[in-house]
Amino acid sequence: MNTLTDAWSWLTAPAHWPGPDGIGARLLEHLLLTVVCLLIACAVALPVALVLGHLGRGGALAVNISNIGRAVPTFAVLVLLLLTPVGGFGQGPTVVALVLFSIPPLLTNAYVGMREVDQDVVGAARGMGMTGTQVLRQVELPLALPLVLTGVRIAAVQLVATATLAALVGGGGLGRIITAGFNLASTPQVVAGAVLVAVFALVVEGIFGVGQRLLADRSRSGKPS
Amino acid sequence: MTAPPDDCLARNEWICGAYLTSRRGILWDATLQHLQLAAASVLLGLVIAVPLALAARHRRWAAGPVLALTTVLYTIPSLAMFSLLLPVYGLSAALVVAGLVLYSLTLLVRNILAGLRAVPEETRQAARGMGYGPLRMLLTVELPLALPAAMAGLRIATVSAVSLVTVGAIVGFGGLGNLVYAGMNTYFKAQVLTASVLCVVIAVAADLLLLAVQRLATPWTRRGR
Repeated sequence: MNTLTDAWSWLTAPAHWPGPDGIGARLLEHLLLTVVCLLIACAVALPVALVLGHLGRGGALAVNISNIGRAVPTFAVLVLLLLTPVGGFGQGPTVVALVLFSIPPLLTNAYVGMREVDQDVVGAARGMGMTGTQVLRQVELPLALPLVLTGVRIAAVQLVATATLAALVGGGGLGRIITAGFNLASTPQVVAGAVLVAVFALVVEGIFGVGQRLLADRSRSGKPS
Repeated sequence: MTAPPDDCLARNEWICGAYLTSRRGILWDATLQHLQLAAASVLLGLVIAVPLALAARHRRWAAGPVLALTTVLYTIPSLAMFSLLLPVYGLSAALVVAGLVLYSLTLLVRNILAGLRAVPEETRQAARGMGYGPLRMLLTVELPLALPAAMAGLRIATVSAVSLVTVGAIVGFGGLGNLVYAGMNTYFKAQVLTASVLCVVIAVAADLLLLAVQRLATPWTRRGR
């Protein structure tokens, strides 16, 4: 219990919050990395997944990319990127790795969501004279939305975890508090950093969970979304 | 005066045969540690997951808390998980194993529970009608039928564990991750690439091995196809 009180006093010490290495700055960095990379990954992965799902092509790739993403160690990719020319651009390796590792859950879930749309509904929409684009936008996408959002939630949590690991290769974010703690052999600081990261990840998961539930309630009550 | 050796090691190339031959011992030791850490974590996770899943299946009140706890554990990023365990285990291999057990546990409990819940009620009733007691039903009807889902969870848990062992490098017990970490600090490209590729090879090999085991253990899933 002693370590916990030490970690708590480290966290609440006013000296540890301000400044470029302070908790405040690290928190902001972590948030910024997560949000920016999530937006980039969504912009890359979702259109591809939706079009592939609509056409019913490339299923093997869309489903297997998750398994590939799981087998490749994040830490190794971060270090590999650091040693390539990308490593010369400050947060370059971090951003590239974050985007790469958040694409698989986005792609797989959005693709599966599109494929699980009732084919009778799609047939009816086509029978009503809807074009392919109209079917995609007005029929398939709304029905696939829950799974698409599940993918976004998993990707966001994954991003928080990857951004933490980026500290091992000199990237920014809350992980830096942990690595600095290890370098100083300061267990309270390591635990304090870990608590911050864990709470951050749980809050992200919670926000998306609540968002998904609200959306499900809305669509169930039949209001137009 | 002797000229400096002009081989791929001196030129710091990514792919280097001389690295493989000259560092064979180091690579072998790191691979062995990697395998031991991953195998110990998954096996321990399995030993704990089966009773938890059974409890969640048969005691209705236990399912909610068990699933909620596994979700929370799975959301915590790996670096934070290892850091939170630091006060308990110190800088040891036990810390890495404990962290990975918690992740494997999560994946295994969810999948075993899903498998048990998918056993058709008619099958259960038929077994009961034939005079099967609860234990015999569990061992000869429910567990075999839950096996495909459980094995899917075991494969994901194993691949994840192999990949996450690398993060253990932060406490000096990361198997091949140690080589990646050391290679990062010395900009040793051949070492980083070789260790990373070996990680992926181990993950893929373990996945294929478990797939083969699954096919042998559940011959009925292939019949009639």
